[in-house]
Amino acid sequence: MSVHSTSPQFKDNAHAALHDVQLQRALSNVRVGFIEKRAKAAGKLPEFEALRDSARDIKDHVLAHLDLYLEAYIAKVEASGGIVHFARDAAEARAIVTDICREKGARTVTKGKSMISEEIGLNDHLAAAGIEPVETDLGEYIIQLRHETPSHIIAPAVHVNASQVEEDFRRAHTHLDAARDLSEPVNLLTEARGVLRERFLAADVGITGANFLVAETGTSIIVTNEGNGDLTQILPKTHVVLASIEKLVPTLEDASQLLRVLARSATGQELSVYTTFTTGPRRPEDPDGPESYHVVLIDNGRSSMLGTEFEEMLRCIRCGACMNHCPVYHAVGGHAYGWVYPGPMGAVLTPSLIGVDKGGHLPNASTFCGRCESVCPVRIPLPKLMRHWREREFERHLSPATVRSGIAAWAFFARRPALYRLATRVSMNLLAFAGRRKGGTKGRFAWLPFAGGWTEHRDFPAPQGGTFQERFARERAGRSGETGATAPASSRAA
Amino acid sequence: MSTARDEILASIRRSLGVTGRERPRRTVVEERIARAPAGVVPARGAVSGRARIELFVAQAEAALATVSEVDTPDAVPAAIAGWLRAHNLAATLRMGADPRLAAMPWSETPLAVDEGPSDGSDLNAVSHAEAGVAETGTCVLVSGPGNPSTLNFLPDNHIIVVDASTVTGDYESAWARLRERFGKGVMPRTVNWVTGPSRSADIEQTMFLGAHGPRRLHIVVVGGRESASAS
Repeated sequence: MSVHSTSPQFKDNAHAALHDVQLQRALSNVRVGFIEKRAKAAGKLPEFEALRDSARDIKDHVLAHLDLYLEAYIAKVEASGGIVHFARDAAEARAIVTDICREKGARTVTKGKSMISEEIGLNDHLAAAGIEPVETDLGEYIIQLRHETPSHIIAPAVHVNASQVEEDFRRAHTHLDAARDLSEPVNLLTEARGVLRERFLAADVGITGANFLVAETGTSIIVTNEGNGDLTQILPKTHVVLASIEKLVPTLEDASQLLRVLARSATGQELSVYTTFTTGPRRPEDPDGPESYHVVLIDNGRSSMLGTEFEEMLRCIRCGACMNHCPVYHAVGGHAYGWVYPGPMGAVLTPSLIGVDKGGHLPNASTFCGRCESVCPVRIPLPKLMRHWREREFERHLSPATVRSGIAAWAFFARRPALYRLATRVSMNLLAFAGRRKGGTKGRFAWLPFAGGWTEHRDFPAPQGGTFQERFARERAGRSGETGATAPASSRAA
Repeated sequence: MSTARDEILASIRRSLGVTGRERPRRTVVEERIARAPAGVVPARGAVSGRARIELFVAQAEAALATVSEVDTPDAVPAAIAGWLRAHNLAATLRMGADPRLAAMPWSETPLAVDEGPSDGSDLNAVSHAEAGVAETGTCVLVSGPGNPSTLNFLPDNHIIVVDASTVTGDYESAWARLRERFGKGVMPRTVNWVTGPSRSADIEQTMFLGAHGPRRLHIVVVGGRESASAS
């Protein structure tokens, strides 16, 4: 199945990531920039929330009529001279692309950034067939040189620092002057531009993904800021589009609705620099452009998600906002998730696509803080979908024995309210007594039984006495005595 | 091949609990494609005349393009020559066979003009936009002999001429213009929306211009200063 997954080792991966000083430095770029930029862009457009509703509705409408929109789209692509291929799974998709490349006698192919290409593990397959794949998105190019996978769906090399890129470029670009100055990031960009320009002009086949496919016109849409996707698709004689089946939208107007939320959610731009609508191959009068245009429509598990509680995940437009806002992603980065899609969207999608037995750890890697759902441009209820996976994992007895016995113990008390109240009151008072403030301890535990995973990294705050239920009852009693009390409980309790 | 196609469609229909032959479903899809409803259109583009041109210019500049305005097409070559000179750039220019560009007095400038698609060796190119979109300062370019797609991406410096009368408030109005020219459901091979010059922030999330496409984007708006009185 697709590319190799280390998702089953999520806990070890996360542990290693937390102790990786270099990675933690790189992740600091995610924790601030993306969040501020998105908030600013959303704030500048009064219709942004209405557009999110519209985007959600368009995707839901397409999913409910996906068979018919696919048929309409296919007819339009063929009418414009394009060729449509169908792949049930990753292996079929790889074979179709390899066959097209072989038929064209291709030696090198340039590639625009495509997550579905990562999902089907295309590059290794092409290389094994003697066809050299060249990633042209700067981030993808960097990680290809490093033999790594993307750690973020829109910023694939976000885990890498500039000094590492310099080392990679010196190692890979041996034809350039060894004494050249690469201390400034802009020099790295210029060097990549020069090296990749030659590859663009020499490529036999160009492979891109698609952000959207338009049924009305048979058009594929890509968005980039670099222009690499366009050079990939207009210079070689053959253009191959890889797209999963849920990329369909009905019309150009629908695509425009989604484009209004995509860049704002992803990078905080009003629109990406290059939004390109491609319909078929070069026309007889055209002086440039590819002579043949292929679309590979890939299912790879999507059609089975329709009609299930995970269907809403198919609305995803791959903007990356959920991971940009995720405290777990901020802490461990993308590679810890162990497969192609990291962060909250990956935590839902990975078990769907590679199985809950392999990806079952990922839906547990969430505090359910809800920030992902609050920023998702197509309003995917990501915490709810992660909870569905946790339930499935529990039902299938895949969760660890300690978790299962812990939940069983909690359930025993939760079903017996009187016992629950007694047990929590006794234990809270005991903990409050044990953790009472004395000479510098500040009411915190440096170690607690069964909580080693927490206290290994930080102290556990000691309860202040009394249970939540007691306090809730007290505050409600207090509030009912007031008129029009609106102050939040926290401020009144201070 | 057809097996995979049939199986994928069958799997979708199985999951959705449909046969694909239900008349109401087919009607919904056909009507949606035929009507192409607009959805939510930002009010910011609902301005006309000079205000629309000013929004287009401000948004293009916010996307780090530079903009100059001239009153007539005849003034375009001098404006481009002046811009190249001001940036210390070579006095060369490649363009397609667009009749609007061909009618301009290039010989009155010192520019060495070449025609046709780019092979990657050109420093400067000019294209004529099909439309501009004020809401994001976006230029809409269509492929063909008039404006080869390679000119939009290979040269270091890209100049786009936008006729002020083609600047729309929003994307939807730009699509309406395109449908008027090419027909409903028909597209030129490539439509490029260009919003500012090429850039990348892939190294440490720090943005630099000129990743693979043009390092500079300059827009020349023609006839926009008259539109205050025109509408």
